[in-house]
Amino acid sequence: MKTKNLTLHVWRQRGPNDSGDFERYVAKDVNEHMSFLEMLDVVNEDLLENGDEPIAFDHDCREGICGMCGVVVNGYAHGPQERTTACQLHMRQIFELGWDELWIEPWRATSFPVIKDLAVDRGAFDRIIQAGGYISIRTGSARDANETPIPKDVSDAAMDAAECIGCGACVAACPNASASLFTAAKISHLGLLPQGQAERTDRVRKMVGQMDHEGFGSCTNHGECEKACPKGISIDWIARMNRDLLKAMTTSADDIEERD
Amino acid sequence: MERALTLTKTTIGKKAIMALSGVAMLGFVVGHLAGNLKVFSGPEAFNEYAVWLRTVPALLWGTRLVLLAAVAAHMASAFSLWSRNRGARKNRYAKKKDLATDYAAKTMYWSGPILLFYILFHLLHLTFGGMIWTDGAALFGFEGYTWAHSNPYNNMVIGFTHWPVVVPYVLGVCALGIHLFHGIWSAFQSMGANHPRYNHLRRDLAIALAVFLTLGFLSIPAAAMMGWIEPTTQTFYYPELEPAPVTVP
Repeated sequence: MKTKNLTLHVWRQRGPNDSGDFERYVAKDVNEHMSFLEMLDVVNEDLLENGDEPIAFDHDCREGICGMCGVVVNGYAHGPQERTTACQLHMRQIFELGWDELWIEPWRATSFPVIKDLAVDRGAFDRIIQAGGYISIRTGSARDANETPIPKDVSDAAMDAAECIGCGACVAACPNASASLFTAAKISHLGLLPQGQAERTDRVRKMVGQMDHEGFGSCTNHGECEKACPKGISIDWIARMNRDLLKAMTTSADDIEERD
Repeated sequence: MERALTLTKTTIGKKAIMALSGVAMLGFVVGHLAGNLKVFSGPEAFNEYAVWLRTVPALLWGTRLVLLAAVAAHMASAFSLWSRNRGARKNRYAKKKDLATDYAAKTMYWSGPILLFYILFHLLHLTFGGMIWTDGAALFGFEGYTWAHSNPYNNMVIGFTHWPVVVPYVLGVCALGIHLFHGIWSAFQSMGANHPRYNHLRRDLAIALAVFLTLGFLSIPAAAMMGWIEPTTQTFYYPELEPAPVTVP
């Protein structure tokens, strides 16, 4: 079993209004089988023992499906392993790259204010979902399976879009801190299904309106989000969102209110 | 306060404006190259093409107005999105690794303004040259390079035998190619034009058009520098190209 000492440069920020700075730590005897977050846990144990403030970072399921964790490691959102969240990143993958020094930063976007250290407030994503990321349909009692026919390729495509866990890596990786990939995935997974058709026009207008209102940047088609996404959400969904919005805004008679 | 949200206020609407105005300008650039390649058919063909452009003033001015509007819309949207995007990440990363983007995409905010300055230079040279260097004054001070209203062939070809004219031209054309490499692909995406069956063609078309236009435009100064096309000693007179006589009231 391989162990290694690592030098960490961790972003420490006391609160949203603190300017923050990098702090240097040495992580001693890091085990190759540790996950990235376990490595931070051990560093925090040492900090606590010395009476120092531990490093704050978000995490929940630690199995790569909840979307809670996320830090930028040496410039990679969720670290260098493709299609992997920070919690499922393992130290052996970092050892393989020969990295001895890690720069660990929070998602950096004006719309994701830092709460503390590496933890950011992703409430903006919640508000985009609240704006229209749902189907307000009365479902009544349980219906028969296959009562609403959905072709297999459509349900597969909707599932591909629904894979988005809302972690915010797309915003973190985007040169413009744009939330286009997240918003597009959420609009598309509902817009593909028959149940989502009734609100399709309003949904895209409301969700894009909220996305812009939150102050995210615009999409300039670099494709960074797609590569950083731990779930491999495709930028094809962004084209679909653009198409849906252009169609909705040019054909719908009703106005959508813009929030100020 | 709540107001009606209009398309042009959304980031996606602004990108659509950039795509549509970009397509209008691209259409001009293709036509501009097709016309200017007539230089290889000799001075007569080229000059007659210049005359033909002026036969329908409504078309000429219509094109000019549409292009001016497209340039203005493209720049206004670009500036609006640029300032928004700067504000969207106020604190920069200490380390940031690019995984997917390319040189063209990263330099759009450079190739665009370079193109703008080049186009201004190009207009001052070959469109307004006759108003700047009047009464046989040498253009840019080059010996024997005087403006001939009825001989646009010479105005262009003589210019391209001088390095100081060729260098900004080459830079401008390269900026155009790089801008189009990302811009054409990006326009499809911004307009929501995607389909799994045709998606690969979007990049192919962007590469093909960018390469074709870059090489096409570069072929003219290259031919002039190599002496494959030479200034003509023929004299031409076209009333359509001569300036209207100034009447003093």
